[in-house]
Amino acid sequence: MSDFDGNGCVGNGDALVRIRDLRFCHGPRVILDGVDIDIPRGKVTTIMGPSGTGKTTLLRLIGGQLKPEAGSIVVDGKNVPTLSRKELYRLRRRMGMMFQSGALFTDLSVFDNVAFPLREHTELPEEIIRDLVLMKLHAVGLRGARDLMPAELSGGMARRVALARAIALDPMMVMYDEPFTGQDPITVGVIMQLIRRLNDNLGLTSVVVSHDVKEVSAISDCIYLISNGEVVAKGGPDKLKSSGSAWAYQFLNAQPDGPVPFHYPAVGYKEDLMADES
Amino acid sequence: MLNWLQFLGRGGLDFFERLGRGHMFIVRVSAGLPGLFLQPRLVIQQLFSVGVLSLQIIAISGLTVGMVLGLQMYNTLVDFGAEDSLGPVVALSLVRELGPVLAALLFAGRAGSALTAEIGLMKATEQLSGMEMMAVDPIKRVVAPRFLAGAISLPLLAAIFSAIGILGSYFVGIGLLGVDSGAFWSQMQAKVDVQEDILNGVLKSIAFGVVATWIAVFEGYDAVPTTEGVSRATTRTVVHTAFAVLGLDFVLTALMFGGE
Ligand SMILES: Nc1ncnc2c1ncn2[C@@H]1O[C@H](COP(=O)(O)OP(=O)(O)O)[C@@H](O)[C@H]1O
Ligand SMILES: [Mg+2]
Repeated sequence: MSDFDGNGCVGNGDALVRIRDLRFCHGPRVILDGVDIDIPRGKVTTIMGPSGTGKTTLLRLIGGQLKPEAGSIVVDGKNVPTLSRKELYRLRRRMGMMFQSGALFTDLSVFDNVAFPLREHTELPEEIIRDLVLMKLHAVGLRGARDLMPAELSGGMARRVALARAIALDPMMVMYDEPFTGQDPITVGVIMQLIRRLNDNLGLTSVVVSHDVKEVSAISDCIYLISNGEVVAKGGPDKLKSSGSAWAYQFLNAQPDGPVPFHYPAVGYKEDLMADES
Repeated sequence: MLNWLQFLGRGGLDFFERLGRGHMFIVRVSAGLPGLFLQPRLVIQQLFSVGVLSLQIIAISGLTVGMVLGLQMYNTLVDFGAEDSLGPVVALSLVRELGPVLAALLFAGRAGSALTAEIGLMKATEQLSGMEMMAVDPIKRVVAPRFLAGAISLPLLAAIFSAIGILGSYFVGIGLLGVDSGAFWSQMQAKVDVQEDILNGVLKSIAFGVVATWIAVFEGYDAVPTTEGVSRATTRTVVHTAFAVLGLDFVLTALMFGGE
């Protein structure tokens, strides 16, 4: 772990999530193989990697929605894959997750979406729920949009509502699945700022999955680069840039070819062209 | 030949695997039913969208089926001078067979397909995953109330279908064809047995309600979470419900009325 203590990444100390030797397969396909990740408490940690490398899968593993083939995922002292359903649900109340699509309930208004976890998990009277919901919506700047339905929101607004919902129960950790993808530059800026500000003001631990290099470098304390099911580089944003890792270089400088090949695996080009059509 | 066997074998395995998953699913759904007593609002909402919104098609179909039945039966009965029996003949056909079966088939087309599409789309848009991550079990929160509402609605819809059907045949028989109104009702009252006919019809429609809704919610929950997957699942709901209801109808009829 020598290259893993600068720039805001913890050393061996205080990790909220500690993943060791994680292996996960979809049927015959190995998605993650031997992944070690530490997510430091109170920091913004980013998982970067090409599409289809298993970033969403990783978040689902942390949330206990998928079971790994091998390895441990210890969240706040509890090994997620071995938890009973009840314990898992108790742990999930302290994790928020913002899905790639927002995953708002389309039949509920913005207000009711944010109120949903409060109503499900607390016995609070409706006036207090109202205050809490308005506070969360205010934090993401959408207090005025409370009566809109999800279909009436722009993509960026939907993600902000999803964020308000994710922090409704005051979780210890929030996971963001590609929060910037497909958003206009202003929205990207807003979401970036929200992630950082909420993390610091609410004392959260944030895990961001993204491949937007510039944005992520600006707000992350610690970055993991995964590719082909393994962690290929890790460290603070500055450290990663100067690390000399070919992976980091390709990714951070948007090179089309490199350790991540431009070509999907195939037989030789010439061979392929010469092959008999039938 | 070998390919054919292979194909058959794989198809069979797939079928039984799905059947197994369907049964495990219904066990989990049933486990979620007691909790609904604490949240009756969830069931009432679904009773509206599953049951009340199906009323229109059930009522219109019931009326036309009853009217056609009245005409057809009259034409046969009148040859034997037995047109006074129009009441019991129509009532028995509706209460024993046509009410439960046709209501179930219409229910699959109107409410079952909507249930499948709704749950499938919730899955495709990660709403179910999102719920799970909020520590809320979607089977208890989303599936169980819909299942219960469907299972309650269909027997009621079938009863409404039969009742309106009888009215339809009454209008045709008495209004158009000149059957005696008193004979129509009194014969019906004399020949239709509460236990033998009505209760068995109700039992049938309860069984159909459970099966039709089970198929609908399972197909939705099990759908491949893509646009195409949901559309396939919706089609499957209608087709499988039709097969299941017609097959079950034969079995139940044989059990209930076979030994007469
Ligand atoms: N249910 C599934 N069955 C089979 N393969 C899957 C399934 N879900 C995802 N995958 C595969 O797993 C890989 C990782 O998926 P994902 O975690 O969504 O990638 P990312 O979020 O990094 O783009 C992808 O290549 C995808 O094709
Ligand atoms: Mg993804």
